[in-house]
Amino acid sequence: MSKPVEIEEAKFNELVLQAETPVLVDFWAPWCGPCRMVTPVVEQLAEEYDGKVSFVEVNVDNNPRIASRYGIMSIPTLMLFKEGQPVDTIIGFRPKDELKKSLEAAL
Amino acid sequence: MVAKSPKKYDVVIIGGGPAGLSAGIYTARARLSSLLIERGAVGGQIINAEWVENYPGFTESISGIDLTEAMHKQATKFGLETLLAEVTGIDIKGGRKAVKTSQGDFTAKAVIIAGGSERQKLGVPGEAEFAGKGVSYCATCDGPFFRGKAVAVVGGGNTAITEAIELTKFASRITVIHRRDELRATKILQEKAFAEPKIDILWDSVIEEIDGDAFVSKVRVSNVKTRKKTVLDVSGVFMAVGFRPNTGYLKGIVKLDDIGTVITNEKMETSVPGIFAAGDIRGNSIRQIIAAAGDGAVAAIGAEKYITG
Repeated sequence: MSKPVEIEEAKFNELVLQAETPVLVDFWAPWCGPCRMVTPVVEQLAEEYDGKVSFVEVNVDNNPRIASRYGIMSIPTLMLFKEGQPVDTIIGFRPKDELKKSLEAAL
Repeated sequence: MVAKSPKKYDVVIIGGGPAGLSAGIYTARARLSSLLIERGAVGGQIINAEWVENYPGFTESISGIDLTEAMHKQATKFGLETLLAEVTGIDIKGGRKAVKTSQGDFTAKAVIIAGGSERQKLGVPGEAEFAGKGVSYCATCDGPFFRGKAVAVVGGGNTAITEAIELTKFASRITVIHRRDELRATKILQEKAFAEPKIDILWDSVIEEIDGDAFVSKVRVSNVKTRKKTVLDVSGVFMAVGFRPNTGYLKGIVKLDDIGTVITNEKMETSVPGIFAAGDIRGNSIRQIIAAAGDGAVAAIGAEKYITG
């Protein structure tokens, strides 16, 4: 998949925790301005890492239980999951190159 | 949001907030080929504002996002191109200026720097450790995570007071911690804050430390006049203690003042001919959308004159 997929709680297990590739989860909400800054960067990464990393978006407004399970208290937060475990957390907007370094480190 | 292939432009604008977008409207309408480079989505700092009440022409308040999206649409309609990239430097040797970015170099006859600023860190123990675990730099983004909880807001300017007022929708109690004995925020915001029963103000006070276990649970506060120390039980600390200009890559290229903002004259000219600056990145900016937009127009007209001679 080359575009981030928006997911609901029911799919989180299958698409994040049991995924075979690393997964970058973008925790966001419609009320959050800086989240809109992150979106185009994540979309570009999703194209560049097609097949190697999958990208999902979790709207914390609709999925408060996932957000609270992972202690999200600030958005945007990007959380990188590998084999079902969060291995890196990036809070706030970061330039694409910096995000790429985090992805490379996890691959 | 990807620019078409020619990498030569008349004008390159760095930053997609109100200053850069206004400059783009003017340069595009002057039929100068114009590229705006933005590292995230357009909008700038103002996308953090849930409502804007002081931009002329809107009798009802408008959100920062909606306002800047409209500016972007308007500029794009006149031919402004937008590229998503991080600017890393400007090469001013030779006739054309080369703007270096994470997506390659773009040359221009004139450059308008409008990269704005970002939230200043307070620099106290616990701040970095608890970032995203109670410490926040955006009340609009994070306010809903503090429903029914007590929070602190640090600062006394427009941003701090606006955020304190926004937080009344979620938090049970908001304590504004301000190092002076009066607010800098504009009077109408002060009136709103003073009338709001959920908001308290701790005058003459500074945070010494942010503490907690996994998440923030308290802040240690000291009164700068009496030296009295108190502990405030809060789950969140919202920082609104000023802004830092995004000028790291400009050192040694254009003249900056001691706090790092770009020095310009009233024509928005920097120390380098053909490079202009607009908006919050300039020294002495009043940090208002209308001023940023005005700066953008002045810089764009200056750029046009510089190019056409």
